[in-house]
Amino acid sequence: MPSPSAASSQPPHPLREFWQYFSVNRGAVAGLTVLAVVLVAALLADVISPHSPYATDSTVALTPPFWQHGGSLAFPLGTDAIGRDILSRLIHGARLSLTIGVSVVALSTVVGVVLGLAAGFARGAVDIAVMRAMDVLLTMPSLLLAIVIVAVLGPGLMNAMLAVAVVVLPHYVRVTRAAVLGELAKDYVTASRVSGAGTLRLMFKDVLPNCTAPLIVQASLGVSTAILDAAALGFLGLGAQPPSPEWGTMLADAREFVLRAWWVVTFPGLMILITVLACNLLGDGLRDALDPKLKV
Amino acid sequence: MIRFVLTRLGLLVPTFLGITLLAFVLIRLVPGDPIETLAGERGLDPALHEKLRQEYGFDKPWLTQYAIYIGRVLHGDLGRSLITHEPVLSEFRSLFPATVELALCAIAFALPIGLGAGMLAAVRRNSIFDQGVMGVSLAGYSMPIFWWGLLLILLFSVELDLTPVSGRISVMYFIEPVTGFLLIDTLLSDQEGAFLSAVGHLILPSIVLGTVPLAVVARMTRSAMLEVLGEDYIRTARAKGLPSWRVIGLHALRNALIPVVTVIGLQISVLFTGAILTETIFSWPGVGKWLIESINRRDYPVLQGGTLLIGTTVMTVNLVVDLLYGLINPRIRYAK
Repeated sequence: MPSPSAASSQPPHPLREFWQYFSVNRGAVAGLTVLAVVLVAALLADVISPHSPYATDSTVALTPPFWQHGGSLAFPLGTDAIGRDILSRLIHGARLSLTIGVSVVALSTVVGVVLGLAAGFARGAVDIAVMRAMDVLLTMPSLLLAIVIVAVLGPGLMNAMLAVAVVVLPHYVRVTRAAVLGELAKDYVTASRVSGAGTLRLMFKDVLPNCTAPLIVQASLGVSTAILDAAALGFLGLGAQPPSPEWGTMLADAREFVLRAWWVVTFPGLMILITVLACNLLGDGLRDALDPKLKV
Repeated sequence: MIRFVLTRLGLLVPTFLGITLLAFVLIRLVPGDPIETLAGERGLDPALHEKLRQEYGFDKPWLTQYAIYIGRVLHGDLGRSLITHEPVLSEFRSLFPATVELALCAIAFALPIGLGAGMLAAVRRNSIFDQGVMGVSLAGYSMPIFWWGLLLILLFSVELDLTPVSGRISVMYFIEPVTGFLLIDTLLSDQEGAFLSAVGHLILPSIVLGTVPLAVVARMTRSAMLEVLGEDYIRTARAKGLPSWRVIGLHALRNALIPVVTVIGLQISVLFTGAILTETIFSWPGVGKWLIESINRRDYPVLQGGTLLIGTTVMTVNLVVDLLYGLINPRIRYAK
């Protein structure tokens, strides 16, 4: 029940209101902080990394991290089998992983929104065709589908990103379509239609802005899936190719040294875990703040 | 109920056609001549090339080709591996039990722990235990399992020397495959120590494969339980003076299980994804490793047939879960 004083005062700015809800969630703030650090590291990779991520030096191969016997501060997290500095590779890998996460989500959001809008507005045959196709994509285990796509297109970072974007596409189409169907029943859509708005205007100017909350949530959680799947492809030798410092690819390189050099294996995976965890925390926080209905 | 079953079965047809179409198109998208792709050789003898062209129907329109392909698939003909020259279907059959055994053990690991932890977390909402479960399960959910597997090998196999690093059983034993499930076959074979060896080889892969499902089940059970615990009938049960364990373990759990069963069903797809990675790490001779190897060897018939078979398997399991769901939740059955 609004009190008289609240009714007379200005409503808070939407962003301020959002921050109020969001900042209550300590996990979400922690996720945001970690991601901010990773982002800064990625942006300043050339400045802050102590070595080039590609520079090899066989005299220092498999140097342990500095706190272990034989380690040195010149290579804080040690070196890999051909003497590359692991810390520098991790920092440059952050650039790749964030790029992967953001581009995959951007691509699948754009395509997903268009397909979802088309399915929601057209109904009938278009709707059935789009949704059935998405069901087929959803039936296939995600990594298998991605692997198959990469096997056809050929391994590499771009193809791996494309494959992951295809694999996650159904979620964006479904979310958009569901939101569109919810909005289409509302009066403002009818009003807009009556006043002569065309279908495209209805789609993008009237309905879409009201569907953004579930989409933002889906996209923020999607970044973590994209990073994880692309890293898995890299690990299987189908993603970014060596000597790229992509974290999954680094792990694939490191597999044979698991018995001799724990640090080569441990740090890249830890970076994947931390980044993905941060994305998930942030996504959960956004969901709770923007769209409490979706709370599981 | 019959209507419900028939509707669900009817929905399978378009999905199955979609999966076959995917497998069919896939092989034609590989750059280069599709016949040479399927035959696995470059620069084929022109006569042989022509013979294969007709055999696969490449001289006919696409739609006819697709019909021929469907016909072959329905007759169980998925082509032969380019490397071993074995029929793809029989290779799949001999490897599939290994994957199923691993997946079942992963579920057997994930389900009881996930259900228990989720329930306890819900009952002790906002306690330290609850926050711990939620934190750990979020980490499990975010886990790159290919790294997790390497870490466990590092700890348990390398540092502590407790578990074997790879394979299904120690090379000391030769087990005649009867069921294909080593846990059963070793018991049947009467070789001393074989069963324990098989168990030892299963422990780490099961944990790795079970980690993500465990996290999902724990989170899902907790939230389903929280929802149910707030309902009136629970308050009534408590008011009647029923002991707490009865209210939670019987009244609440039954309804809380409904969404959990669905989620477990959906995990089948996740399990296959995980199996590909887990089998690669532990050199587990199942279908996941088989598919990855087929890519490295450019064995396209295996890739095509394997994709189709796994897609069909997931689809079938989803159907079974759907039907089970109808069985335990009459509200679904009678809806619409």
